[in-house]
Amino acid sequence: MARIIRGAALAGVIIAAVPGCRTAGSASPNTPAPAAHPDSAHGKRFTDTLSFDRAQYPSTYQRRPSPPILIRNATILTATGTEIANGSILLQDGKIVSLGTSITAPSNAVVVDGTGKFVTPGIIDTHSHLGVYAAPGTFAESNGNEATSPVTSQVWAEHSIWPQDPQFPLAQAAGVTTIEVLPGSANLIGGRSVTIHLVPARTVQEMKFPGAPYSLKMACGENPMRVYGSRGGAPSTRMGNMAGYRAAFISAERYRNRWDHWLTTREGDPPDRDLQMETLAEVLRGHILVQNHCYRADEMAQMLDLAREFGFHIRSFHHAVEGYKIGDMLARDHVAVSVWADWWGFKMEAFDGIQQNAALVQQAGGTVAVHSDSENGIQRLNQEAAKAMYAGRRAGIPITRDQALRWITANPAWVIGLDSLIGTLEPGKNADLVVWSGDPFSVYSRAEQVYIDGALMYDRGNPSTWWRTDFELGNEPVPGRDR
Amino acid sequence: MKPRVRIMVAVFLTALTASTAVTAQTIAITGGTVVTVSGARIPNGTVIIRDSMIAAVGGADVAVPAGATRIDATGKIVTPGLINASAIVGLIEVGSVDGTNETSEHREVAASFDVAEGIDPASVLIPITRVEGVTSVLMVPSGSFVSGQSVFADLAGSTIEEMVAKNPVAMHVSLDEGAKGAGQGARAGTLDRLRTLLNDAREYARRKADFQHAQMQPLSAPAAELEALQPVLAGRLPLVISADRVFDIRSALRVAREFHLRVILSGAAEGWEIADEIARANVPVLMVPLSNIPSFDALGARYENAARLAAAGVKIAIVSGDQGHNARLMRQEAGNAVSYGLPYDAALRAVTLSPAEILGVQDRYGSLETGRIANVVVWSGDPFEFSTGVEHVFIRGREIPLTSRQTELLDRYRTLPTRQ
Repeated sequence: MARIIRGAALAGVIIAAVPGCRTAGSASPNTPAPAAHPDSAHGKRFTDTLSFDRAQYPSTYQRRPSPPILIRNATILTATGTEIANGSILLQDGKIVSLGTSITAPSNAVVVDGTGKFVTPGIIDTHSHLGVYAAPGTFAESNGNEATSPVTSQVWAEHSIWPQDPQFPLAQAAGVTTIEVLPGSANLIGGRSVTIHLVPARTVQEMKFPGAPYSLKMACGENPMRVYGSRGGAPSTRMGNMAGYRAAFISAERYRNRWDHWLTTREGDPPDRDLQMETLAEVLRGHILVQNHCYRADEMAQMLDLAREFGFHIRSFHHAVEGYKIGDMLARDHVAVSVWADWWGFKMEAFDGIQQNAALVQQAGGTVAVHSDSENGIQRLNQEAAKAMYAGRRAGIPITRDQALRWITANPAWVIGLDSLIGTLEPGKNADLVVWSGDPFSVYSRAEQVYIDGALMYDRGNPSTWWRTDFELGNEPVPGRDR
Repeated sequence: MKPRVRIMVAVFLTALTASTAVTAQTIAITGGTVVTVSGARIPNGTVIIRDSMIAAVGGADVAVPAGATRIDATGKIVTPGLINASAIVGLIEVGSVDGTNETSEHREVAASFDVAEGIDPASVLIPITRVEGVTSVLMVPSGSFVSGQSVFADLAGSTIEEMVAKNPVAMHVSLDEGAKGAGQGARAGTLDRLRTLLNDAREYARRKADFQHAQMQPLSAPAAELEALQPVLAGRLPLVISADRVFDIRSALRVAREFHLRVILSGAAEGWEIADEIARANVPVLMVPLSNIPSFDALGARYENAARLAAAGVKIAIVSGDQGHNARLMRQEAGNAVSYGLPYDAALRAVTLSPAEILGVQDRYGSLETGRIANVVVWSGDPFEFSTGVEHVFIRGREIPLTSRQTELLDRYRTLPTRQ
């Protein structure tokens, strides 16, 4: 019940956050403009428009063509509260058309026998650095932290992503279909995220999820104070951290007001464009979601107060190893947590991590996503969810398989503002799904097929489907390679 | 020179005998599937523990001594305690707090460094690790070209002496990219450094009098380090060599041949590519199955490594990627090794008897047999499955409470305070 009420209360936020659905009459910086060429005869002449009115690094992603696909006789875990035994699911034109126990398919449909298999939505990771910290880990591929100033809201993760990161195929073969790539946590305000499909591409725009809202990465605690304090600068304390966020948002309030006024009147010269302030102003307008790296309970509470002070909403705390201590507050403020199953102790602010964190936050009515923040962990998010589910159950916290599945599908979809499109198996949703060899919460199960927008992108039994990045060329073909 | 004081195992044995005399007890674990590892599985088996040792293992026909504490394991799995053969549990408390890190003497050649006296028996990591079924670990030094000597310890005991079961176990050396500094930036330089060190240790032993009277060329390391290397040269102390890349592994095998050393490989991420060579050299491997991120140290890393090495006849011990706070995750590593082709029984062996054999403690650890130290775990099901919980842990015959700092945190916050 708590879940339903929360969803209803946030519906407005979700709609407002998807640019295509936005009803605001006034254009504002960062509104993706129509895709018309700037020099088009039908559009304004190039020199008549200003940069903020033009498309900002638009997605050029296109779903792969595919015949209709019918997967039948599988156990379908929908992440909507239902599981269908001996179920079938029909994918067509990139969407889920229907699912149930008796589905009629068009005659040209490719039929996949799912006997003994499990089908789930594609896995979604709210916290990844693939592409911005690419492998092999070298200075050249260390592109995740613009650690030159504690506030760098002007940087965009998509401008760092290397599409040839050989870690992308590994995650895809593990059933991950959509990830939010975030800047690192060196800075108080690290920059914009980007949400991408895990598909082979030449450019990041070919991976970028069309219409996905941006997020802003913020970070609490030890990282910013260590990075800047060790250089003799600010912040060097947690109170310095708080002062830093507040100063930035005070400036952003003024910036937003100046721009909102000009956008309404369009009189005179527009205010100076400042990318750092522009992103923060979009947060204040509710158009950019806030993803906040924050470990400790007391510090998360401070951030909830900060958000109230400036009138924005934190979409998810990330890592949140002490989320279980404040599950009530998280539920009250509709702030999700993106957590690990069992990481702890690698620094002071992670010392109180426990395996029941996810289960306890869930029990308190909060929204849980199990995230990776790791090129390794992203390859077994199903296993991480399994560990967190069973740790909860063993402690007497009743977590269902559907709830645990939501931790890596529907809930992360909400965290990144795409829950209307992905994260569950329902008619009309994007056809992102995984066929597993068995129960995805068993250590012995593996992703066998991965579909993105209705097209088979990975088939464990068919090497011709395996994504091999440019970087991987030139090595001896590996005998019996089996991802 | 003055040899370092070494924590002696004999001390522990004496202490153990003395302390358990008071609490001597007999425990009978009955009804479970007993996975002895060294022999066949025993359905409806019985394990009798007396004091710190396993007194009997067999079927339902094994007599339960009068007065024994009975543990009903019907429907459960009984295994030896898991052994993590590459851990720093007990040597670290908080990862980023250097003051709590006892794993490294920060110099390139630290052969004489013995981690034993840095073990904190009160570390909160110890209960957190053992309640997940890991009962013994190899506590390893790290961070240098020659990092020092490791210690085998049980995860119970109130003093270092009570915990340590074998010291030293091995000398630890790295040939990875991280050790290039010891070779002035070149891998060949690092190898040259290792050979020089071993040759100097040999010269030092042969000409001690000359060394003491400064009648010979300066050697490449102080006497304490050269002294510490003598058991390695004599083949009594294994040399654990960290190497992931094929050519680093081959270098390790080459040095082992040249100096007739007993070598154990650590890592060997690309080992599967030359599994036959490693098998022929009779070199065992401590490895992390879930290792597949390409680096220039291991472009060929892949999840099938465990299966391929084992299939070629290499003895493997499965360890966790995180040696400290999540050393407990070796279960998940082993389960994944199975899903990537390692036979199930081989995976179970790789977390119990194989590490015991590799570390030279198989006469006391790693299997459920009469006369072995009673490190025993009762699982609710398959030890590798996430759905399985640990139901009982015995270390040296004593049942360990399934509590830790983490269970205390859980209990404190299980119910949040209600206020308006």
